Amino acid sequence: MSRVAWQLATVKSIRSETPHVKTFVLSLPSWTLHLAGQHYDLRLTAEGGYQAERSYSIASPPEQTGEIELTVEIIADGEVSGYLNEGVQVGDQLEVRGPIGGYFVWRGEAGAPPLLLVGGGSGVVPLMAMLRHRQHLGLRTPAVLLFSVRTPEEVIYRAELETMAAADNSFTLLLDYTRQAPPGWAGYHRRIDAAMLAEVVAHFGEVKPQAFVCGPTGLVESVANGLQAAGLAPEMILTERFGPTGG
Amino acid sequence: MGIFTNRGFQPKRQSNHKLPPGQYETTDFPVLTAGPTPRIALTNWEFRLEGLVEEPVKWSWEEFNKLPMQDFNPDIHCVTKWSKFDTHWRGVSVDTLLEHVKLKPEAQFVTQFCYGGYTTNLPLADLRDGKAFVGLVYEGQPLAPEHGGPARLVVPHLYFWKSAKWVQGLRFTAQDEPGFWERGGYSMYGDPWKEQRYRDDDDDQASAGSIRL
Repeated sequence: MSRVAWQLATVKSIRSETPHVKTFVLSLPSWTLHLAGQHYDLRLTAEGGYQAERSYSIASPPEQTGEIELTVEIIADGEVSGYLNEGVQVGDQLEVRGPIGGYFVWRGEAGAPPLLLVGGGSGVVPLMAMLRHRQHLGLRTPAVLLFSVRTPEEVIYRAELETMAAADNSFTLLLDYTRQAPPGWAGYHRRIDAAMLAEVVAHFGEVKPQAFVCGPTGLVESVANGLQAAGLAPEMILTERFGPTGG
Repeated sequence: MGIFTNRGFQPKRQSNHKLPPGQYETTDFPVLTAGPTPRIALTNWEFRLEGLVEEPVKWSWEEFNKLPMQDFNPDIHCVTKWSKFDTHWRGVSVDTLLEHVKLKPEAQFVTQFCYGGYTTNLPLADLRDGKAFVGLVYEGQPLAPEHGGPARLVVPHLYFWKSAKWVQGLRFTAQDEPGFWERGGYSMYGDPWKEQRYRDDDDDQASAGSIRL
């Protein structure tokens, strides 16, 4: 029986991923096997009882037992992310419940279609759980990650993604810098558009991929439309969006 | 775990409104959808009432727009934690639609069905007596596709996933049949004031047994 009860996790470690993104590794007293793409709810309680809740995608793969990694974008003035950034240290406790969500998930079944992952900013987090899961399974299901960021310093998980791509020729990492690219950059350097998506879909040849798209609403809207224009059926495009608010 | 507090945590977001538990106020209109936004040509659009009715009915876009419209100013609460207060809509009350059909006595629940395949379920009583409407105009403009246009159901007293975007019709049923998110473990009812986000939060968890989130 599913029990999505609140539990007190302990912060095991904290990693800075980029200047505005941190990963919190949480040990859970009651860990449940999750699916790549699912999220946890996190709740903060102030003296006097005021509570604030947010949902955060799980970055760690299901093979990482007993703990979860939540990668959090620190939003200016963010009520919850601001506290996580400034107020939380290793050893502190945080209330969470999950895993939650049964739709934007990748199970890593053998014989599943190739994977097209499109992420904008911290929208890469649930996609990373899928890639890490795929790596643990040793699957060679072709996979492409098109990862759109504004500047080179905003590439979350850069070292791990580059190592993964170097070690596995069935995985292709496509970075897209919308504002500022590194010197000598020959890759994508514009907002994701229909032409770019058609090129990326063409990577897969005859076999149409299953697409997972996560990021800000504007990006997800245009990518979902562009993927349909590139020939993907709507049911092969799964989306997860976050608005400009969050927190 | 009621006594746990996060040391040093202070509310940052002030709201002049009474918020349901776990919610925060936003002045934007965030978008949450599981797949691509369907584009529906108004010439092909239709709205249907079907299922446990004596005679199903169907309106074209033109016919639907001739139905009596009203203004609505609901507060909206999304399960992804945002609440938006005092929104301005124009649309057709579900009470008005129900004047056009004779429901069979066993009709107790409703499945909202949509272009793009989305469904969501709720008790019939929650659509009646001014509690729900089909919204066509939002803040003075035709409802945008990403927010469910050309038409979405609005049931403001429940979490917003119970307000189906791109709604195509209402199917009346005898049993409470779980819809898209409900089959994935979300609440069958979704009362924000009771924080019924997931099936485990429902008052009656008898049916929660084998559903995994």
